[in-house]
Amino acid sequence: MSWFKRLKDGIQTATKSKKEAPDGLWHKCEKCSELSTHKELDENLYCCPKCDHHVRIGSEKYFNIIFDGKYTRLFDEIVSKDILNFVDLKSYQDRLDAIYLKSDVSDAISVASGKVNKKPLTVCAMDFTFIGGSMGSVVGEKISRAIDYSIENKTPLLIISKSGGARMMESAFSLMQMAKTSAKLTLLAKHKLPFISLMTDPTTGGVTASFAMLGDLNIAEPGALIGFAGPRVIKETIKRDLPEGFQTAEFLIEKGFLDFIVNRKDLKQKLDDLLTMFTNVESEAELNEEPASAS
Amino acid sequence: MVFLEFEKPLELLYEQLDKIKEVGDGGVIDVSDKIKELEKKIQNTRKEIYSNLTGWQKVQLSRHPERPYTLFYIDQIFTRFTELHGDRCFADDKAIVGGLAKLGSQTVMVMGHQKGINTKMRQYRNFGMANPEGYRKALRLMKMAERFNIPVVCLIDTPGAYPGLEAEERGQAEAIARNLFEMAQLKVPILCYIIGEGASGGALGIGLGDRVFMLENTWYTVISPESCSSILWRSWDYKETAAEALKLTAEHMLEFGLIDEIIKEPVGGAHTDPEKMAKSLKSHIKKELQTLQEMQPDDRITARIEKYSKMGDFEEVDLNEKKPAKKK
Repeated sequence: MSWFKRLKDGIQTATKSKKEAPDGLWHKCEKCSELSTHKELDENLYCCPKCDHHVRIGSEKYFNIIFDGKYTRLFDEIVSKDILNFVDLKSYQDRLDAIYLKSDVSDAISVASGKVNKKPLTVCAMDFTFIGGSMGSVVGEKISRAIDYSIENKTPLLIISKSGGARMMESAFSLMQMAKTSAKLTLLAKHKLPFISLMTDPTTGGVTASFAMLGDLNIAEPGALIGFAGPRVIKETIKRDLPEGFQTAEFLIEKGFLDFIVNRKDLKQKLDDLLTMFTNVESEAELNEEPASAS
Repeated sequence: MVFLEFEKPLELLYEQLDKIKEVGDGGVIDVSDKIKELEKKIQNTRKEIYSNLTGWQKVQLSRHPERPYTLFYIDQIFTRFTELHGDRCFADDKAIVGGLAKLGSQTVMVMGHQKGINTKMRQYRNFGMANPEGYRKALRLMKMAERFNIPVVCLIDTPGAYPGLEAEERGQAEAIARNLFEMAQLKVPILCYIIGEGASGGALGIGLGDRVFMLENTWYTVISPESCSSILWRSWDYKETAAEALKLTAEHMLEFGLIDEIIKEPVGGAHTDPEKMAKSLKSHIKKELQTLQEMQPDDRITARIEKYSKMGDFEEVDLNEKKPAKKK
């Protein structure tokens, strides 16, 4: 009758063999509610092990996925400035200062150069945690310099977008970054260097309406929200509910605006494939081959 | 005549004037002196009001229901205007109009956002909010102009690109982005004029050019003051504050170096003397086209890209000394 009777005395584990449970050990998938440890999630490149939901990650993680941890960061010295002395509920400068204390990135985009299986690539990746990944002067300038860098070093360019759009606190300056980045991309095209645009959750507003949609290849992560106007604004405009799956990557590929959807786990291999094809190199072996010495 | 809120003193004077004129029409009393006096007073009051407009008041003026729109300017400035329709893919967008026209002996491709002049037409023109096919029509016309070496003139006046369901389906973002990309490399001169509202990507979608000008009482920025208020202040009540904070007037834009020049409007706004406004716009376009046409296409494109590359303001810190991440 051990149902109601405690047969053993209290907790049996000795204090010294107690394990620490660190904060945030578990991650609950926001889509399927499956629990997984952060370690599992990390090993799975931040995709839910059960439903494959792609969790938002920052620039550093993408660089590691793409370059296997070996890359050079570029243009980190460029930082935002409160050009207009913009004050809403908080001043722009206060917002910046607050985020500098918390964040390890210096603005909403980071640039790195490295190699994908020996093939050089310049990558710009956005960080949503930095004022919603918003595009201000710094994002525009870093992309502009990344394009110059790609041209100088003859590397293809990958931009990983993750942004709510333009940074309102920089007003017209942020608007003009759309023109600036698009105009600079024409130079990359003139030098016949491929530009791959990877859209991740979310990519909206001025970012979508400029460089994100201008890839030689436009690709996206599964389930990513991609659009010009945000779903809330559209709902208010048309005064009815939006269909399920509206503005997702899967919706966009059906409408003809994406070349393909790529799972984060396949990203590196896919980039390798594309870089190989764009540079017209037949195989790994050929790439490794020493040039035949003249005899 | 339609008076805006801040024009109240003017409205009262006009009412007085009407009454006196009525008395005068009776033919018994000579009121000509009184009329002259009042007209002078109106002029002075108008000057006073208009010399000190706030950002929000300029936004209101840019939306004045009697303000001249693209088709009015086209009619006044050009001859033989032939409107060209459709994007050849989906539809003809009524919110953007365009076509071939003559400016003196010079053929130009002129296009712009078009708002409606009455309730019915406002709907027909979708309040000047273009769909993707509008931007694609504009691009089609620009590429045609390039083929025949015809300069492009864009008149901008939009509260924004249309944020609708179908617009998203048909790629609003892609259409605007494509225009920016193609306009940057267009071999013919591009002149852009903000003639009313210059709201965000919807304005920029036909707004990348060799020279960009703003009429005096217009605005140009990344978001409308109303939407900015709703997002940053989380309420619709801060539009005036947002309009100030955004620094969206022509003066600010010139000061920032984001536009090339401000074009004066008649005192009281373009709607008080549309013909005069059109006349000064006409001579401006003529002058600017001539300067641009003297340049080689390649030089023009290089200068155009350089102009936009310079836009933006930021700091460059010494990473060894002051890591931005560890600032403060």
